[in-house]
Amino acid sequence: MREGWEAVIGMEVHAQLATRSKMFCGCSSDYLAAAPNSSVCEVCLGMPGTLPVVNRRAVELVVKTGLALGSEIARHTKFDRKNYFYPDLPKGYQISQYDLPMCLGGTIDVGGRTIRITRVHLEEDTGKLVHAGDALHTAASSLVDLNRSGVPLMEIVTEPDLRGADDARDYATALRAILRAIGASEADMERGQLRAEANVSVRRAGAEALGVKTELKNINSFRALHRAVEFEIDRQIDVLEAGGTVVQETRGWSEAEQRTFSQRVKEFADDYRYFPEPDLPPLELEPAWVEELRASLPELPAARRARLAERHEISAYDAEQLTQDAATADLFEATVAAGAPAKQAANWIISSHPTLPAARLAELIGLVVGGTINREQGLAVLEEAQAGDRAPADIVRERGLSQVSDESELARVVDQVIADNPKPVADFRAGKTQAISALVGKVMAATRGRANAKVVNQLLLTRLQG
Amino acid sequence: MIDREEPRIGAFLRVTRAEARAQAEAADRRLASGNGSAGPLTGIPVAIKDVLSVRGVETTAGSQILRGYRPPFDATAIARLRDAGAVFLGMTNCDEFAMGSSTENSGYFPTRNPRDTSRVPGGSSGGSAAAVAAGEAVYSLGTDTGGSIRQPAALCGVVGMKPTYGRVSRYGLIAFASSLDQIGPFTTSVRDAGLVLQAMSGLDPLDATSADRPVDLLSGLELGVEGLRLGVPREYFQVEGMEAGVKAAVDRAILQLERAGAELVEVSLPHTDYGLAAYYIIAPAECSSNLARFDGVKYGARDEDAQTLLDTYLRTRRRGFGTEVRRRVMLGTYALSAGYFDAYYLKAQKVRTLIAQDFAGAFEHCDAIVSATTPTVAFPIGAKVDDPVAMYLNDVLTLGGNLAGVPGISLPCGTSDGLPVGLQILGPQWGDAVVLRVARAYEVARDA
Repeated sequence: MREGWEAVIGMEVHAQLATRSKMFCGCSSDYLAAAPNSSVCEVCLGMPGTLPVVNRRAVELVVKTGLALGSEIARHTKFDRKNYFYPDLPKGYQISQYDLPMCLGGTIDVGGRTIRITRVHLEEDTGKLVHAGDALHTAASSLVDLNRSGVPLMEIVTEPDLRGADDARDYATALRAILRAIGASEADMERGQLRAEANVSVRRAGAEALGVKTELKNINSFRALHRAVEFEIDRQIDVLEAGGTVVQETRGWSEAEQRTFSQRVKEFADDYRYFPEPDLPPLELEPAWVEELRASLPELPAARRARLAERHEISAYDAEQLTQDAATADLFEATVAAGAPAKQAANWIISSHPTLPAARLAELIGLVVGGTINREQGLAVLEEAQAGDRAPADIVRERGLSQVSDESELARVVDQVIADNPKPVADFRAGKTQAISALVGKVMAATRGRANAKVVNQLLLTRLQG
Repeated sequence: MIDREEPRIGAFLRVTRAEARAQAEAADRRLASGNGSAGPLTGIPVAIKDVLSVRGVETTAGSQILRGYRPPFDATAIARLRDAGAVFLGMTNCDEFAMGSSTENSGYFPTRNPRDTSRVPGGSSGGSAAAVAAGEAVYSLGTDTGGSIRQPAALCGVVGMKPTYGRVSRYGLIAFASSLDQIGPFTTSVRDAGLVLQAMSGLDPLDATSADRPVDLLSGLELGVEGLRLGVPREYFQVEGMEAGVKAAVDRAILQLERAGAELVEVSLPHTDYGLAAYYIIAPAECSSNLARFDGVKYGARDEDAQTLLDTYLRTRRRGFGTEVRRRVMLGTYALSAGYFDAYYLKAQKVRTLIAQDFAGAFEHCDAIVSATTPTVAFPIGAKVDDPVAMYLNDVLTLGGNLAGVPGISLPCGTSDGLPVGLQILGPQWGDAVVLRVARAYEVARDA
């Protein structure tokens, strides 16, 4: 942050709920896989006379999210119509929630700070427009694809508690981890399952009043979120330091140009003419049912992070990485339970994202830690084990990969290499100590990579310095 | 019969001869099979209001904006009648999107009253009422949002019933005002009305506002009114413009019910005066949203001369919608706008609650309520087209039933100046059977 300034950021995140069917009809909600306008029916096409029926699973996932965020779950809730015209909105209104959202309040822990959640509500997604041409204003025509129309979305809104680009990214990452842990959303940003919008304003450090905010859209990755917020903070400070004023507007993030650009200036507030959806009776969320859902919640990422770090004595960074989604943390715990040392298990899982079953991963790690193979060989074995669904030990045996650590066996090779390579030997003896690596390489080549590099090094030093 | 009467009446927008013939032949086979699959409605011809989706048959809600639209699915009520072996004669004329009380707001042509072709048949389900009155169909289907079944039934001299809100699925009914709309039958007898309603009623998983309640409309039909208390709401006899001849006919009918054994009690519906105002905020508010989907993008007519998206919306809707529909869309948009919502929509909803409480209170003292269906008999074509408020007053005795969600029937109770008068019987929520029972008792007394 530039000296003397403070950024104030609130986020609105739309997450696609992990339901099989759409919010108000039986169509598949897997809209990406389907040909345009094929995952549709008369209901999500908004044909005259059709009516919505609530997807109970979607309500369940929103309530679970609220419980995971510590929100108050509404006893009485309802759906409302948000009215506006656009070709991707087939009914001319979106079924959403206005004044009685399913979840109110809540918090999320971001880097040791508490970010307040305003509300979580349930709504339906719109379709998509596809413009024939390069840009909207030059397109010859636009086509409507309604596969996404009616897909269940959850909107999670924070208070303006975030203070910078790191905060914004870390919040979105922490939220994703929670949504994945409870199975509420696959939350893949690149696939549009998690859409983040940031409301950004800046003010002089120590000022009370909020500055004019802009709303950032079109953000397709965590990196883009970080860059967009960072760019926008700088841009606003530049404007203000030059004596200008920030315009309240919606700004898009251009990935190609790495900057935000003005999309729509809000001259007056939108009037969506919200009113209660008459086609859906109000929803009563029975406390007993809510309690059942609460009891069914898995351990949440924050708790799991703390537990993993403490029990397995791994770093806070490793614990954070391992708890990004439940499957990764599960694999870590199972691998440790199968006998792998925790630190090594964490390293392998974080750096290689293995897809092996825990028992096999532990076996592989054991082969490396025990010195049977070296780390490079380990990576090759991992790849082969994953591709062929085979046990690492079998691969090592078949390929004759096991590492040679036997000094007498290696000494013969080392002596041969010293005899055959007078130039690097002379260099080393003249004080160019790095020349030893060329000799190690020769030994490795002669043993087809199987030599224990540590032992080879030791043998060379003994002979050359002696 | 349709060929003979149509030039005079104009009840149908579309007659579906080929479909009717195929359905009739299928019904004949079903009846001849003797395997028990035939029911009381098998092979019986029905006319359908143009707001109920019939698979593959042009369904336009009486509007130019839906010209050419063929639903790819059946409304639930239609599907149930199809399963029962009904023969669909065609789509009947109505006020555009069911907005009106005379069928003069049709986007196609006005329908004439079979009892006097210089007069309106009422509306909005005027085509369906006229088709039954003229003998063009054995029965027909209408929808009732503020009186759109009961009022034309009264004006054409047939039986028309609006069931309890939630009794018949609205799935496939092209919505006017979702919280008020209900589907119901026009027939020539109370028993037939019960039969048709029985066939259409019951829970539908496609309509979240349809009720999971047992439906038994016929077993108590002939029990008579002996021992029943009938409420006479004093406010319903003091409404503006009540014709003397209508009042006299209704008074006579009430007296006949008393002679048949009913006990008459005076009841009060104190918020009656506010019903019209509340109705004309809630119904337009819902319609302004329900009709947003007619934007020229997906189905029906689109203005092809438009150069921009906004222009497409404006031109398509200006050309496709008639005056009354545009008036109500604008009224409703205004009532829902920021800054006006509390003063209009929210207040109207509070009045609606009070009116529902009025009815609940009245039904603590009586089993059913009796009144006139409309303050006047059928009026001449063109008499009220330029005065929307005079037109709206037609519904003053019927729209309370919609706001409260209670069932109501209109059946003929004599004439005034040679034109039919309707007797309205309203029941408590889910009291559809008692409404039919009282109506049947009156029918017996009247025809004795």
